[in-house]
Amino acid sequence: MIHSLFLVNSSGDIFLEKHWKSVVSRSVCDYFFEAQERASEPENVPPVIPTPHHYLISVLRHRIYFVAVIQSEVPPLFVIEFLHRVVDTFQDYFGVCTEAAIKDNVVVVYELLEEMLDNGFPLATESNILKELIKPPTILRTVVNTITGSTNVGEQLPTGQLSVVPWRRTGVKYTNNEAYFDVVEEIDAIIDKSGSTITAEIQGVIDACVKLTGMPDLTLSFMNPRLLDDVSFHPCVRFKRWEAERILSFIPPDGNFRLLSYHVSSQNLVAIPVYVKHNITFREGSSQGRFELTLGPKQTMGKGVEAVLVNSQLPRGVLNTNLNPSQGTYTFDPVTKLLTWDVGKINPQKLPSLKGSMSLQAGASKPDENPTINIQFKIQQSALSGLKVNRLDMYGEKYKPFKGIKYMTKAGKFQVRT
Amino acid sequence: MSANSAFNEEKGGSSNVGEPEYGHDPASGGIFSSDYKRHDDLKEMLDSNKDSLKLEAMKRIVAMIARGKNASDLFPAVVKNVACKNIEVKKLVYVYLVRYAEEQQDLALLSISTFQRGLKDPNQLIRASALRVLSSIRVTIIVPIMMLAIKEAASDMSPYVRKTAAHAIPKLYSLDPDQKDCLIEVIEKLLADKTTLVAGSVVMAFEEVCPERIDLIHKNYRKLCNLLIDVEEWGQVVIINMLTRYARTQFLNPNMNESLLEEGGGEKAFYGSDGDDDEEEDKDEKDKKKAEAPSVVKRKPYVMDPDHRLLLRNTKPLLQSRNAAVVMAVAQLYFHLAPKAEVGVIAKALVRLMRSHSEVQYVVLQNVATMSIKRRGMFEPYLKSFYIRSTDPTQIKVLKLEVLTNLANETNISTILREFQTYIKSMDKDFVAATIQAIGRCATNIGEVRDTCLNGLVQLLSNRDELVVAESVVVIKKLLQMQPEQHSDIIKHMAKLTDNIQVPMARASILWLIGEYCEHVPKIAPDVLRKMAKTFTNEEDIVKLQIINLAAKLYLTNSKQTKLLTQYVLNLAKYDQNYDIRDRARFIRQLIVPTDKSGALSKYAKKLFLALKPAPVLESPFKDRDHFQLGSLSHLLNAKAGGYQELPDWPEAAPDPSVRNVEVKESVPEWTKCSSREKRKEKKVEKPFYSDSEGESGPTESADSASDTASDSESGSEESGSGSESEESDQQSESGSEEDEEEEERKKKKEKIKAKKPVPESDSEQSSEEEGKKTESKNKPRRGGSDTESGEDKDSETESSESEEEESEEESEEETKKKKKATVSKPPSKPPKIDNKKEKKEMSLLDLDDFDPAPSLSQVTPLNNFLSSSLVTDLEGLSLTDNVLSPTTITPSGNLKTYELLHRITGEGLSVEYCFSRQPFSPDPHMVAVQIQFTNSAASEAKNLHIEDAKLQSGMRMKEFPEIETLPAGETVSVVMGIDFCDSTQAANFQLCTHTRKFFVSIQPPVGELMMPIFMTENEFKKEQGQLMGMNEITEKVTLGEKCHGEHAVIQRVTTAANLSRVPCGSDKECRFAGKTVTSGSLVLVSVVTKDNGAAQVTVNCEKMVIGTMLVKDILQTLTQ
Repeated sequence: MIHSLFLVNSSGDIFLEKHWKSVVSRSVCDYFFEAQERASEPENVPPVIPTPHHYLISVLRHRIYFVAVIQSEVPPLFVIEFLHRVVDTFQDYFGVCTEAAIKDNVVVVYELLEEMLDNGFPLATESNILKELIKPPTILRTVVNTITGSTNVGEQLPTGQLSVVPWRRTGVKYTNNEAYFDVVEEIDAIIDKSGSTITAEIQGVIDACVKLTGMPDLTLSFMNPRLLDDVSFHPCVRFKRWEAERILSFIPPDGNFRLLSYHVSSQNLVAIPVYVKHNITFREGSSQGRFELTLGPKQTMGKGVEAVLVNSQLPRGVLNTNLNPSQGTYTFDPVTKLLTWDVGKINPQKLPSLKGSMSLQAGASKPDENPTINIQFKIQQSALSGLKVNRLDMYGEKYKPFKGIKYMTKAGKFQVRT
Repeated sequence: MSANSAFNEEKGGSSNVGEPEYGHDPASGGIFSSDYKRHDDLKEMLDSNKDSLKLEAMKRIVAMIARGKNASDLFPAVVKNVACKNIEVKKLVYVYLVRYAEEQQDLALLSISTFQRGLKDPNQLIRASALRVLSSIRVTIIVPIMMLAIKEAASDMSPYVRKTAAHAIPKLYSLDPDQKDCLIEVIEKLLADKTTLVAGSVVMAFEEVCPERIDLIHKNYRKLCNLLIDVEEWGQVVIINMLTRYARTQFLNPNMNESLLEEGGGEKAFYGSDGDDDEEEDKDEKDKKKAEAPSVVKRKPYVMDPDHRLLLRNTKPLLQSRNAAVVMAVAQLYFHLAPKAEVGVIAKALVRLMRSHSEVQYVVLQNVATMSIKRRGMFEPYLKSFYIRSTDPTQIKVLKLEVLTNLANETNISTILREFQTYIKSMDKDFVAATIQAIGRCATNIGEVRDTCLNGLVQLLSNRDELVVAESVVVIKKLLQMQPEQHSDIIKHMAKLTDNIQVPMARASILWLIGEYCEHVPKIAPDVLRKMAKTFTNEEDIVKLQIINLAAKLYLTNSKQTKLLTQYVLNLAKYDQNYDIRDRARFIRQLIVPTDKSGALSKYAKKLFLALKPAPVLESPFKDRDHFQLGSLSHLLNAKAGGYQELPDWPEAAPDPSVRNVEVKESVPEWTKCSSREKRKEKKVEKPFYSDSEGESGPTESADSASDTASDSESGSEESGSGSESEESDQQSESGSEEDEEEEERKKKKEKIKAKKPVPESDSEQSSEEEGKKTESKNKPRRGGSDTESGEDKDSETESSESEEEESEEESEEETKKKKKATVSKPPSKPPKIDNKKEKKEMSLLDLDDFDPAPSLSQVTPLNNFLSSSLVTDLEGLSLTDNVLSPTTITPSGNLKTYELLHRITGEGLSVEYCFSRQPFSPDPHMVAVQIQFTNSAASEAKNLHIEDAKLQSGMRMKEFPEIETLPAGETVSVVMGIDFCDSTQAANFQLCTHTRKFFVSIQPPVGELMMPIFMTENEFKKEQGQLMGMNEITEKVTLGEKCHGEHAVIQRVTTAANLSRVPCGSDKECRFAGKTVTSGSLVLVSVVTKDNGAAQVTVNCEKMVIGTMLVKDILQTLTQ
């Protein structure tokens, strides 16, 4: 399956290599660099590149390319999914997955990779098991290790792999037993010029942070489970129970995990929480353009729209902008032509606006496209789809856990065409 | 060297010795000395006896390896530490060893003995890790050692070690392919493993070593299907892909009758509405159709192999996996294997994946593009999900465009085109070009919008961006070819563009167009040639070729104006640098310019050049890609990758499905394996939360754990059992009161009772339609797997029976009375008979029509007259305390419960009952004898009674009774057949055929009938019981029912519930019973310890846990009544 893995940074250096079968020369990456050069944008490098003897399958995360070398037929998604899982694990271990973090923890990285793949076939990818095998580095542990000479490799052997609930480590103990669930919904939408919705759908996730002693068995029920159109589960969720009763029943992994992701389809009407009034014009022959943008809340169920951030890729012809925000700050990068306006909170009484002029290249003809506007925002304590958790019950353990549920709506790929 | 060491001492103290060498490349020379120094330093650290120093050294070495630096000369120093106590040092040494062993084969051998020792360690994890490293050392000389280790590990107790063995197989194979045969043996052995832990890894090994040996899968197919949901996600992907290939070789194409089904009309609607894959109904419906409208289904209808269905059913939940690879694997399985109507379910899941990382999106879109060509309808509802955002990477945009184009049809084209219009304005010019292509394809595929598209494209010709214009020209050229006559103005417009457009491809296209349709633009064409002739030398090659073409065509149509120009162009071309152009010029000159030497061809020049050319078909690049297995690397690249296994075509005729049948023995331990989950479930039973939903959660759990389907039926039947129980009590009270009411009436009628018997028949004739329906639904062949349903089914049956009961109330009461009387008249056999009646109520009340439970009872019917109905209730209470009288009558034959197989009305006069005779079935001792009694109450005789088309669960067998040639009206005949239920309570479904009709019937055994009594002494019993402890022992406490005190009552009830024999016991507080299951001969031991206060404890020991659990429930039920 996966023969070797090369980590390539944004400047094209291979800074880590790992081989699971016989060694593949790093010159194989030249094919990758070639493709990288051809691609206009970093994300345009094809994920699968055939070379005479190998196939390179790569993912780009945190500006690092993870390039896996494959020698024979394998489902590409298998490799891609695995590589993403590797990145997630690194992030879980080191907090960030950057070149520096990987270089600093090169030994842990190596140990992890060694455990995650055997002969190129995934072995242990559950973070709970891995953490039993190899303890994540913390400052305290590093200090202790250097003094006492102890290691961050688990002393006891990983029994989790043998258990029927491989996602949960054994012997979990907490003094405060708590279970927190975050219902986060992202709204993806395309709004056309006139303000009508072309497509809008809600992608939601329930992220959990469960710190419970022992082997708790949780059930989570919703007030309106029929809303969920399409769901995918963490392996701990008992699928049949969901099918029959629309109840999530599971023995949770320890710590943070994504319990569920769901989709509320575009067939349902999705309420769009913000509206944008825009007037962006370029006049033929003139070196000036007008730029006006006003944001306002709409169907937010009384909740405030926060952390609003607008960005827009202006046409190449724009040299500079001279804009006046009614609130927040704006920046324009004359090189990348990226306009960013950090609005903050929308005050329904005084709608934020950004007005002013753009100066265009003299003599250049009018750009034939108006820029699209991407908007980010957050609405606290509300799930846009109306999904509500009914109750959370715990079985199997005696104590009473502290339970918490938080709702949030965010903009996903929220785009306004102008 | 000494100099080096001096140098070393000089710098050896520095703590960050690791740092400098990272910067250097050892190959760059000049720093050779520091290279040596470094290694000496590390060697020293490795040789020290401090673990912390060793660890530090190893960390630095691993860091070197990670950076791709060569650390091979440290091998001797490192390998010494292979037996180090410190786990982290050891692990890092392993990392080093695996990396460099291939280069240092001799030295690597030093470490082997450590691993060999590790292989014998009592800790399974150490054994596994030793095997893992040993098999990763790529040294040919240790192949025999590895082989031995793998073989041994393959039969290790620990599934984890076996998993490691499975992982080691491909490693050894790649090291020495000659070991293939031996390895296949190991694979075969591991394939039979029943743990989810091993399944994924061994299939992986199978795929790498012997993917062609599909025959190895047969026996394990069902097991793999059932385990699938519990296998870890990576294993799931591999198994699903392999099973896709397997299914392609073993089953028939479910879509082969596609056209036929569509003819059927209703059939399609049925499929469409159904959505979920409920095979039961599916089959039923079809069979009904077959019966009702035989004309429609003259050709043999396609019936899906149950195993094929099993695969589809068990993979479907995985569409909900969080792992994109698993979802994709299931999607491709459905695409390649599912009936057309069911493929749709994958669309939603695939669309969901598009939210994932862009790499995932890329792969998914490639596959969606291929699928959307074949099954456009599937993705149409999700059209908007493929709309493009300005932030998408270009490669994603292009793929989405491809999908949108594939999805375009008459109804949605206007929205798609509107969407395309916004794309054309994008800043990403590659994307704009792709959009123009897409518009072109939409225009060729959908005639209605061709003109609109063409107009839109012509507008683009005035776009400022040259690339856009060029792309438009190329597309317009293709479109114009379809109907050039109407568009001469467009051609003229394009002719003007030659002045401005510089993109060679576009210029060439325009020239070709003008040449091809020069007759439509007679004035402009020569002028264009004139201009082109001027610039000829500066043009690109493809343009030059088109200029020559244009010249030749004009020469042929309009030689007067263009003769000289053509000559000129040809002369220029004659001296061109490119030999293609020179050749072309020479060739054309010979063809078109008539000379004395010119051959016959020149006469046809006009025909040659101006032949009508077929319009190009704009095809998707994804067309026909589906001959590659979707989701595969080969599909993505559209080229066969190494190691790709072709997806075979469907076979013409299905190979023998019986190859997948497995011995029961093999399927049984699965229960023990998934026990951990079941245990969980069982624990939960006590909890209030679960207890109320146990019915549902039960099957959920067990299906989840993918245990054998038998475990499902356990909880399923349990549920139905309890359901009907409550139902029953209802019924009893109800019927009690009714009885009172009608007592009077009844007394009046009592003389007529016998005469009345036929009356209800005619009475019920009126309601026969309704009743018929109900009974039909009951008689549906009940297939295993969908146990919850059958459970519900039963529930509803009992419910419906309530209403029906009222109709047939009189009869049933009569019935009851008859039985009561029988009990009175025959005290010794009374209890069983009362039981009998009860049992019948339990089964389904509507069965109590007017048949006689057993032939022996018919004689007592007259006694009816003497029994008041109130006595019936009294007797019911009494009955079981009475059996003190008959302790000796625990002969199996006395306890027969009769079940209805075919109701008189459904059967058109033929009624069939069966009972478990508890006699050994002589032709095959592994079968349960079922006595079947046919009663022909119709006016005419029934002929050719026989069994057909048995649909049995895996492993089940059936020995049919010999055909009954004739059964005259009014006669009754009994036959015995044998069924091997495989120690499960799955129903045996078959068709009962007469000369005119076929009836679907099913026999479902109570768990107590799946065993036969054996004789045992007390000591033997204790010994065997001692061996069946732990999970094989199930103990329940119970409060005995009022009428159930005393040893005899207990014995009576237990032996009625199960076919067991009593084991002598010293204490009268304890009753023991023994038996063995019919099929596998597993021991079943039951002991009931009673206490003074009416409490009792029931213990069942059986190595088949499912049987044990079910039996204990049955016994509890019978004891509490």
